[in-house]
Amino acid sequence: MSAPVLVAMSGGVDSSVAAALLVETGHDVTGVTLKLWGGESDSGCCSVGDVEDARRVAAQLDIPHYVFNFADDFEAKVVAPYADDYASGRTPNPCVECNRSMKFGRLLERADALGFEAVATGHHARRRASESGYHLVRGADLAKDQSYVLYMLGQRELARARFPVGELTKTEVRAHAARLGLRTAAKPESMDVCFISRREGRERFLGSRVPARPGAVVDAAGVVVGHHEGIAGFTIGQRRGLGVSTGERRYVLDVDAATATVTIGSRTDLLRDAARVEALTFAAGSPPPAHHELLLQVRAHGTPVAGWLDGDVVRFATPQPRVAPGQVVAFYDGDTLLGGGIAAA
Amino acid sequence: MRSDALAYLDYAATTPMRPEAVAAMSPYLSDVFANPSGGHAAARAAKTALEEAREEIAALLGTEPFEVVLTGGGTEADNLAVKGAARAARDAGRGRGVVTTAFEHKGVLAACDHLERDGFRVKRVAIDRGGIVDLDDLAAALDGDTAVVSVMLVNNEIGTIQPLDDVAALVRERAPQAVLHTDAVQAVPWIDVAAAAAPADLVAVSAHKFGGPKGMGALVVREGIVVAPLVEGGGQERGLRSGTSNVAGAVAMAAALRVTATERAAVVTRVAALRDRLVAGLAAAVPDCFFNGDAARKVAGNCHVGFPGVEAEALLVALDRAGVCAAAGSSCSSGATEPSHVLEAMGMARADALASIRLSLGPPSTDADVDAALATIPAAVERLRPVGAARA
Repeated sequence: MSAPVLVAMSGGVDSSVAAALLVETGHDVTGVTLKLWGGESDSGCCSVGDVEDARRVAAQLDIPHYVFNFADDFEAKVVAPYADDYASGRTPNPCVECNRSMKFGRLLERADALGFEAVATGHHARRRASESGYHLVRGADLAKDQSYVLYMLGQRELARARFPVGELTKTEVRAHAARLGLRTAAKPESMDVCFISRREGRERFLGSRVPARPGAVVDAAGVVVGHHEGIAGFTIGQRRGLGVSTGERRYVLDVDAATATVTIGSRTDLLRDAARVEALTFAAGSPPPAHHELLLQVRAHGTPVAGWLDGDVVRFATPQPRVAPGQVVAFYDGDTLLGGGIAAA
Repeated sequence: MRSDALAYLDYAATTPMRPEAVAAMSPYLSDVFANPSGGHAAARAAKTALEEAREEIAALLGTEPFEVVLTGGGTEADNLAVKGAARAARDAGRGRGVVTTAFEHKGVLAACDHLERDGFRVKRVAIDRGGIVDLDDLAAALDGDTAVVSVMLVNNEIGTIQPLDDVAALVRERAPQAVLHTDAVQAVPWIDVAAAAAPADLVAVSAHKFGGPKGMGALVVREGIVVAPLVEGGGQERGLRSGTSNVAGAVAMAAALRVTATERAAVVTRVAALRDRLVAGLAAAVPDCFFNGDAARKVAGNCHVGFPGVEAEALLVALDRAGVCAAAGSSCSSGATEPSHVLEAMGMARADALASIRLSLGPPSTDADVDAALATIPAAVERLRPVGAARA
C-alpha cells in the first residue's frame, strides 16, 4: 500500500472519479468533504445531499470519509472579501480564493499534520514533474481545463497536489463513473458561485451584505446617460443589462465605487495594451525572463492572447478589452502554467 | 458493529444492545407479531408483552405504568414534553413562559425555538464554568407566567449532573403553576433516575443510551400533568403518542433497563476507575491539557478534554485512523463538527471549545480501550499541535 492520499470530494462526478482512480491504482485513499458554507445555497458543494453523495461514493469505494468544517475560514477568506470586492467596484473570483485559502491552504495544512502525503482534487489540470521541479499543465480536456483557477500553486503545493482526472476528458470521466456504477455519474455540473443560490442571485446576495447605492451611468465624456440601482450589477467589459439604450453597443468601461458611477463606452474605448497585476505568484517560484513571450489568459474560459510580463505589468501584443480589477491574469508557456496575478484597479 | 480492532470511546453517542435485550425482543419480531390494539388471541399476546414491559419500565423509573408514554426515542420524548406541556398550558390559559437552560440537548432547544416562533416567551438560563445550571439565573427567570421549565439531568457533552432537587424547589416556589421536565437521556446508565428525577413532572429517556434499541424511548407523564400530543391518530399511549405500538422495542427497553439497574453500582465503580485512569494518563502525558465540566459532579463515563492549539476536528480524524472512536461538539445533518453550544454556554473561549473532545466510556469499556486511548492521543496531539499553534 502506497503513501496515504486525502481526496477532496465535493459530491460531484470529477472528484468521485478522482478518488476511484486513486483507489484503482492502489493508493491508500481517504475522502473528505469540506463544509464551507452555512448559508442557503442550491448550487454549491455544501448541501446535505452533496455531502451524502460524497459519503456514499466513499462507502462504495470502501474508503474512510470525513467532513471538515471550514465554514469560519471560508467566510473570512472567501465570502467576505467577495462582497467587499464587489462593493469596491472589483470583480472577484471566489473559486480562486477558495483554492488558495481552503483546498491548497487549510486542507493541505491539515493533511500534512495528519500524515497524508498528498491532497487530490477533481480539478481538470495535469501535474508534471521534471528536473526543474513541478509544473501545472492544462487539463487533457481543454474545454474543461481548470489550471486558470489554480494559478497560485507554487512548488510547495504542487509537490503535494494530485489531479487524477486531469488526464481525462469529461466524457471519459463520466464513462468511468458509469462503469464503476458511481451514483454521481450523471450528476449535472455546478456552474455558479457555490455560496449564492440561483433563487437569490448575486445582486440580492451582495445587497444583503453591503447596501446597494444607486448612482449614475455616464458616457466616456462624463455625460449622464442613465441611472443604476447599485454597482454590484456591473463588471468591466459587460455589455448586457446596462439599462441604457444608445442605439449602439456599449460596454462597461469603469466602475467607480467612491461615487457609485458606472462609465460606459464603445468597444474601442475598452481596449488597453497593458494591465497592472497584484499578488503575483509563479509556479517555479520566480518570474519568467523579462519580455519572454507568454500566453496571457484573463478569464476562466477565455482564449489566451500573446504578451509578456514587465515587472508588475502585463503587456498585450495587441490591445485587449480591459481586464476587470479582481480578475486573474494567468501566464502560460504553451499549455504549461507559469503563474499569475490579480488585475489591479 | 463493534470490532475488536477499535477502541470505542463514544458510549454517550450510543451503546450496543445488551444481549438480554436482544434476546428479549427477538420473539416479538417474528412469532408474537400482532398489533396489540387488536381483539384476537394473537393481539392479546402482544398486548400482554407490551403492558408487562411498561410495568417494568415504570417500576425501574419509579413511576406508575399509566404514567409511561412510549415514544420513538429521546428527542421525540423531549419534543412531546416541551411542546406538549407548553401548548396544553396555553390552551388552558396557564401562561406562555418557557424556561430552559442554554446547554440542553437540541431536542429541547429546538423545541423551545419552535415555541418562541409560535409566540411563547423563552428564557435560556445561564450555565456556570463547571457546567452546572446557574440557580440564581433560574430563579430570576421564573415567574407567574412560566408554563414549562426544562432542565436536563445529565449533560450529554460534559456529563455534569444537574441539581434537580434545587431546580424543582425553585420552580415550586416561584412558578407553582409550571410543569417541570427533565431530559434524563444521559442519566440512566449512571444514576438512579427513579430517585434523581422524582421531583420532575415529565422525564425523558432513550433506550439506546443504556443497551436498548435505537428508535425507542419513553416520556414519564406524572398523573395530573397535561400535555398535548404531537402525533395523533389511533390514540395509542393514552392518546399522547398514536401509532402502532413497538412491542419488540418496549420489551427490549425494559430488559435493558432491568440489566442496567441491576448492574449499575458495579458498572459505575468499574467505569469510574477506568475514566480516572484515562484522565490521569492524559494529564501526565499532555501537561497543558484541560478538563471540561466539574469533575466532582459528573457521571462516571465522561471525560471531556481539551488540548490547547489542537483542532478537535483534526484530532478526531487522527484518532479514527488509529482505531480510536471519539466525538466533539454535536454532529449536524451533514456530519460536520459544529462548535459546541454546550461549551459556549459554559463561557469557554471559542478556541478552547474547538480544541476539546469527548471520550465517553460505557458498561462494555475495558482497560484495553483506555490503553489504546493513552497510546494514541498524546502522540496525535503532539503531531497536530503545530497546525493549531500556527493558527492561534
